[in-house]
Amino acid sequence: MQFPIISVIVFIPILAGLLILLIPSDRKTEIRVTALAAAAFALGLSAWLYFSYDLGVGGYQFVEQYTWLKELGISYHVGVDGMNVPLVLLTGVVMFTGVLISWGVDDRPREFFAFLFILATGVFGVFVALDMFMLFFFYEIAVFPMYLLIVIWGWKVSREYAAMKLTLYLFIGSVIALVGALAMYFASNLGTFDMIALEGAGFSAGFQKFWFPFVFMGFAILGGIWPFHNWSPDGHVAAPTAVSMFHAGVLMKLGAFAALRVGIMLLPEGAKFWMPFIILLTIVNVVYGAYIAMVQTDMKYVIGFSSVSHMGLVAMGFATLNREGMIGAGVQMFSHGVMTALFFAVVGMIYDRAHTRQIPELGGFSKKMPFVTIAFIIGGLVSMGMPGFSGFVAEFPIFMGVWKFQPWIAILASISIVITASYIIRIISKVFFGKMPEAYADHIHDVTVLDKVALALLAGILVIVGVYPSIMVPLVESGVDNILRLLGGA
Amino acid sequence: MSESIDLTMTLALLPEILLLVLAGLVLTFDLIWSEDRKRSLGWLTAGGLAVTLVVSMIFARPGEQAIFVWGGMLRYDWLGFTFQMLFLFGAALTALLAMDVKELGSRGEFYILMLVSTIGMSLMVSSADLIMLYLAIETTSIPMYVLAGFFKQDNKSTEAGFKYLLFGAMTSAIMLYGFSLLFGYAGTTDIYNLAFAIQAGAIETIPLMGSLFLVLVGFSFKISAVPFHFWAPDVYEGAPTPIAGFLSTASKAAGFGVLIRFFMAAFPTISTEWSNIIAIVAVATMTLGNFLAITQSNIKRMLAYSSIAHAGYILVGVATATPLGMTSVVFYLIIYLVTNLAAFGIVFTFWRTERSDEIKSYDGFSRRAPGLGLAMMVAFLSLAGMPPFGGFIAKVLVFAAAVNADMVWLAVIGVLNSIIGLYYYLIVLKHVYLYRTDADEKPVPVAVPARIALIILTFGIVLLGVAFAPWFHWSTTAASILF
Repeated sequence: MQFPIISVIVFIPILAGLLILLIPSDRKTEIRVTALAAAAFALGLSAWLYFSYDLGVGGYQFVEQYTWLKELGISYHVGVDGMNVPLVLLTGVVMFTGVLISWGVDDRPREFFAFLFILATGVFGVFVALDMFMLFFFYEIAVFPMYLLIVIWGWKVSREYAAMKLTLYLFIGSVIALVGALAMYFASNLGTFDMIALEGAGFSAGFQKFWFPFVFMGFAILGGIWPFHNWSPDGHVAAPTAVSMFHAGVLMKLGAFAALRVGIMLLPEGAKFWMPFIILLTIVNVVYGAYIAMVQTDMKYVIGFSSVSHMGLVAMGFATLNREGMIGAGVQMFSHGVMTALFFAVVGMIYDRAHTRQIPELGGFSKKMPFVTIAFIIGGLVSMGMPGFSGFVAEFPIFMGVWKFQPWIAILASISIVITASYIIRIISKVFFGKMPEAYADHIHDVTVLDKVALALLAGILVIVGVYPSIMVPLVESGVDNILRLLGGA
Repeated sequence: MSESIDLTMTLALLPEILLLVLAGLVLTFDLIWSEDRKRSLGWLTAGGLAVTLVVSMIFARPGEQAIFVWGGMLRYDWLGFTFQMLFLFGAALTALLAMDVKELGSRGEFYILMLVSTIGMSLMVSSADLIMLYLAIETTSIPMYVLAGFFKQDNKSTEAGFKYLLFGAMTSAIMLYGFSLLFGYAGTTDIYNLAFAIQAGAIETIPLMGSLFLVLVGFSFKISAVPFHFWAPDVYEGAPTPIAGFLSTASKAAGFGVLIRFFMAAFPTISTEWSNIIAIVAVATMTLGNFLAITQSNIKRMLAYSSIAHAGYILVGVATATPLGMTSVVFYLIIYLVTNLAAFGIVFTFWRTERSDEIKSYDGFSRRAPGLGLAMMVAFLSLAGMPPFGGFIAKVLVFAAAVNADMVWLAVIGVLNSIIGLYYYLIVLKHVYLYRTDADEKPVPVAVPARIALIILTFGIVLLGVAFAPWFHWSTTAASILF
């Protein structure tokens, strides 16, 4: 038997989390070191997984399957293909950098890391799941710890409201999708939750058209689709830095990915029927999200709404149902995850020092924190879709795909690029290069080495994917081929 | 009836026999032991129940075929057996939890009454005859009335006992009237012969449905289904917490055991009608329970409404009347028993030090007792239906059963209700984890027996939620007896 690498990646975080809970709460250094070691291990393994995926062979690799409940056909079934392996890597990256950034968490770090790692296990589990029951199982494990993480360690002003709102939104989505999944299970008459088997279930067109919106929208809520997006900026803002990184960087991908995996891939006819409608929703996401981001004065809200806008592009890419759009969306999930993790990390660093996130009150941080400035600018360029950065690799194909579907939508959506440029440049010019207010000048210090390592890793990835897209695009393409096969080569 | 007592008949009653012996032992030692040793009666009870459980599991497992024993009074089958094991487990843990509160755990009567009530429940779920059933229900209820009012000095407890008695007596009288009507129409008290009589058309539809309603009243009281739920919050609030826990789990499970046996056996031919009735009751029960739970400020009242809501979810499984549905009912009850006992156990442990059941007083709980806080989170999340805890798989199964039975609407109402549930469980967790008090440093001590019980329960919740296959298999075996 081969080394069960996927299971190891999935269960390392939760085991580390339980181990951390056993450490006495006053030994904070040991807690942090354990957390970092586990995160580094998980990152290493997910990178190894990413680079050892064999493109020549294709399909699902490193597959493991164990019976979980025979009577109902539930199994623990995992595997990676070109679509989800970048997301596993993304989770590894965000987890590792998240631990680095959270070194300074001083209120009950033990519980903080334990909950964060339980969440990480849930995320890994969803990305690699090939069984629908298992997907839901891990999906809810991934969503729930957010509540505690936000409510306990979040921003005091809005955390209780935001955490409850987020949790209720996401769970309503997930339980609605669950009913849809159960309907699929019984309608297939296959007696299995295995998604590869269900792909061939041949649901009737009427069934698919009826259930698709429930399943797709149920998950897409977590992907931030309009008009169910408004839990997301509130949640981002209230969450502590590492959780915002996880939340925007990884969790929103969870929604988009699950909507793709269960919605589009299992109900392709439904997808074809509803997609024009979904595209209309995503236009609102993309343009309106960017516009709202532009008028915010709180940096974190800017980034939060920019996530809504960028995640709209992911959903739009999927909704085109063509090769270009899907490839773009696949890369965008990774690129946006890394980029937004970087943004939130930077915002967190600034807030820790200035104790405000109001753009008009900030200024001149480039002199004190040159390294952070460079990292943020790289992220900003990615966000604007500048060639040479991963954002271009992702967004250009999406617009190509949309153009193929309907040129005027592409034109409309591309307005968002201009708006994005405006709010990113505003932050850069005001916060980093403006004049630093007197009040801060004395007590602002540069960030720690750990923070720099985290930022360097995130920014480095964005540049590497940008200048050398072949490291990711062929992989995603192979995953997209599989989806297009299910869609009947649309 | 000339029937000699053979081994099978004895084995069928083995748990009850052992329980009776145990009750006798407790009674004896209660007389012999001095006041300060009486706490050890808890060890005796819990240990005795554990032995009963193990011995019954080894020797008294029923065969594949159900057998009628004791002149057709009892049916010796997997359904009854499964529930009996569940009661033994619940009673043992209740004894452990209650041990270290003087006015409860050092009183022999407490253990004896609980054991007698457990005997009643065991007989309830294996009764195959209306008269036997009625006697078993009364054997269960009467000790419970006393237990609910066990704190004589406490007005609320006295009120709880009295209220429970009045409600119980009333509904039981109505149920008895239903039984007598059924006997009058069909000429038999044997539940399984009743089924034949109904299939043969011996009873007209209207009188049949009428008697069925009357019987349903009694059962609804036991499982606290709307509109016979009014007693639950007051009784749970006033009764000693371990008793409230026992009432809301074992006693409720017994009610469900009887409900599914009675209806599946006696009324298979009219199952569509009663499916619809039960579905409506299920919707009302879960919705009302959940909405009222939101507004509670006392944690025991909140748990009471939550347990009403859970009865609603379980009724969803009952309403389907399919094999999967019945399996999900049994499975849900197993998980619910473990989870809710844990929840009440933690509430009781907290009360022992604080003497308060207000949700507000839980501020800073996780700082004061990180372990207990974590256990509470596990229990509450399981109640909310969150993986990897048992509650998740339990809910998925009942809703799956509803979808399978073409009752998608019922599943949708159910899942939306579970979101409401999530809301108020989270509110409690917010008090536990987020808010602070001045007494942040004051620890919450946990006595050794309670610690053992809570560890078993907490691990049980995780075990049931992750390794659910054996339990599901067991539930399937139990439920398949009904068809």
